Amino acid sequence: MENSISTKNDKQAASAATFANGRRKPDALTDEQIISDLLPRKFGKLGMIWMGILVVICMVGVFAYFRQLKYGLVVTNMRDYASWGIYISNFVFFVAISLVGSLITAVLRLTGVHWSTPLTRIAEIIAVSAITFAAIIIIVDMGRPERFYNLFLFGRLQSPIIWDVTVITTYFFISILLLYIPLLPDMKILLATKEKTAFYKLYRFMGSFWKGTHLQFRISKKAINILCIAIVPVAFSIHTVTSWLFATTYRPGWDSTNFGPYFISGAFLVGSGAVTVAMYVFRKYYNLKNYITYDHFDRMGKIVVMLGLLYLYFNVNEYLIPAFKMKKPEEGFLDSLFVGEFAPLFWAAILGGMIIPIIVLLFKKGRHPFPMFICGIMIVVGAWFKRYLIVTPTLLHPFLPMHNVPASYKHYFPSWEEWAIAMGSLAGALLVVTIFARIFPIIPIQETLIEQHEKEHNK
Amino acid sequence: MDINNTSRKEFLAAMVTSGLVLAGCSSKKTPFEAGADELVKPSGEKVKLLSVDGEVIEVDKAFLKPVPQLPAITNSEERKGIPGKKFVMVIDLSRCKNLRKCQQACNHMHQVHSDLNWLKVYPMNEGEHTAPYWQPTTCMHCDEPPCVKVCPVDATFKRQDGIVLIDSDRCIGCRFCMAACPYSIRVFNWEKPDTVSEELCGQPYSCETSVPQKKGTVGKCDFCPDMARKNELPHCVVACPNGTFFYGDLNEDSVTNGAETFRFSDLIKDKAGYQLMDDLGTKPSVYYLPPAARNFPFEKGMEIDKG
Repeated sequence: MENSISTKNDKQAASAATFANGRRKPDALTDEQIISDLLPRKFGKLGMIWMGILVVICMVGVFAYFRQLKYGLVVTNMRDYASWGIYISNFVFFVAISLVGSLITAVLRLTGVHWSTPLTRIAEIIAVSAITFAAIIIIVDMGRPERFYNLFLFGRLQSPIIWDVTVITTYFFISILLLYIPLLPDMKILLATKEKTAFYKLYRFMGSFWKGTHLQFRISKKAINILCIAIVPVAFSIHTVTSWLFATTYRPGWDSTNFGPYFISGAFLVGSGAVTVAMYVFRKYYNLKNYITYDHFDRMGKIVVMLGLLYLYFNVNEYLIPAFKMKKPEEGFLDSLFVGEFAPLFWAAILGGMIIPIIVLLFKKGRHPFPMFICGIMIVVGAWFKRYLIVTPTLLHPFLPMHNVPASYKHYFPSWEEWAIAMGSLAGALLVVTIFARIFPIIPIQETLIEQHEKEHNK
Repeated sequence: MDINNTSRKEFLAAMVTSGLVLAGCSSKKTPFEAGADELVKPSGEKVKLLSVDGEVIEVDKAFLKPVPQLPAITNSEERKGIPGKKFVMVIDLSRCKNLRKCQQACNHMHQVHSDLNWLKVYPMNEGEHTAPYWQPTTCMHCDEPPCVKVCPVDATFKRQDGIVLIDSDRCIGCRFCMAACPYSIRVFNWEKPDTVSEELCGQPYSCETSVPQKKGTVGKCDFCPDMARKNELPHCVVACPNGTFFYGDLNEDSVTNGAETFRFSDLIKDKAGYQLMDDLGTKPSVYYLPPAARNFPFEKGMEIDKG
């Protein structure tokens, strides 16, 4: 695998001049240049504006949540039929997107793929921040958040919610470790080069014990391997269990044996979409053209196509097979998706979030950075609305008629507080990623150096 | 419910409670001295009381305050249920004309939020050429309750007498039970219930009376176990002028609507009783008698129905 890549690079080296803007792997970079390229940088003007916008959105979300605490969930537009709304769909979205950490870091590492090295930290920080906000948003959805401790006092192992709490906590800690351990060698580099910076004390606190000895490298490699193996079943569990929150009920649209793999394939798709978006942004604004190359986009593009086709396959199973039978309880639900009130959103999510990106990315030119970026955004936005379509239409099609309730109970459109909190949580997740990239190198320096040395050695 | 009608046991319990309250007060401000509470003016009328130490003391009547009525039975007793009972309900669809008296009584007695109904009357029509009928729907008190299965904190539970109840002091408001219930019978207190009287507001919650309802928790039909303990019928059964609801004990094999009493097994056999959505395997405790030989035409109920 490695050999084939380097021969490919050798061939490309001839045309290096024409592809100077980063279409190929860095093979003529010195150690000092790599280190200075990859060190975290202060925010520019654009960075400050970005931070400012995110902070403002977060604050609006916090204010909306304050109102919700004061007046109760009545400030939302959820009611007895649509008893779960965009909080829950946002939660599913966060859990889904966090799965990419395990895909890029663990699955690709275990299968001996090396080109993904520069992407591992991007994927892992997305995973950590998404799973954190998944936990936060689920507390936001609770009618009695102050009784959260009841889950530990009176937890019933039979309830899928307890399974979810267990696996999400486990996943969070494994992800944190998978983020932290590979950071240690980089922390040493940071301490050596950037003395007396604002974060010097933080680096020293987190990583001063790392001396870079042979033994430490061996332990760290072993630990990462163990974590990579451990995280795969846990990652599958978090999203399978999340799907079971729905599939363990009788409701049309949820009562499906297909739900576990359906959710997992969708999760890998949206996570890969998010990573491509992050790749593009970091490449552009951190000047990482030598490290995140056209080659990376090309390979990620192929992965996204594969995952997109997989998710499409499960969607066919999920919607067309019940539609073939049109059982009475399912009929109204499916009608509302295919031709009814949710049809515009449904087809936009299917076409824009799956079919169009798949078609675009089938072409080599479609896998260039900019079209990949656009496709990534389409996948992520499509996936967010897809989660909404999984949660809400089902609840609005109960078995018994919607009757003896105020008219507002029969429809659902999120209130401003719900939008503010949901958007605030998304902004919060982006804020965590942004701040992380400000403090730590977003591309692993040590691993890039090692790969560089190996490559030179192979020559 | 009646505060004036306190038993000796409750009176003593109240004395202990007030003793505890006293211990928390500063020594200067005992409620037995004038001026301790500026709002209360001594009436001059003295009442003799038994203190915690067993002394007889005299207190001005103005200082006496009603203490919250303590639940007659403990939470763990409420969770066990009434021994030897298996409560069932039979709803005779041929007798219902959507008067909603059941609903009004239920809402009133449980002080349900004005937007919500624990008991719903649905206009049902299964197929294109079938006849519509009114279906009063309570909680089914399933023997395989999907709501209880999914509750993460045991806030909703199944008792040995067949009743499914909610502990509003424990409910975390995740609403998983509402998603799980195929009968959509559960309601949520999206805000502080607007109907709870101030007198009841400060009282401790009882799983059996289901009052007072609390903000951010789930509520539903409780089969009125508090009435059953008093050997009385649930509010909906009593309120229906047409005798649509029959309530009883499966172990005794009898159900009654107050005026008529039937052998449960005979009634189900003779009138071809069935359970709602029994194909889901929930094993409901509520049985329906088909709307054959109706007492009222369906259209009669349309006058009251507001959707």
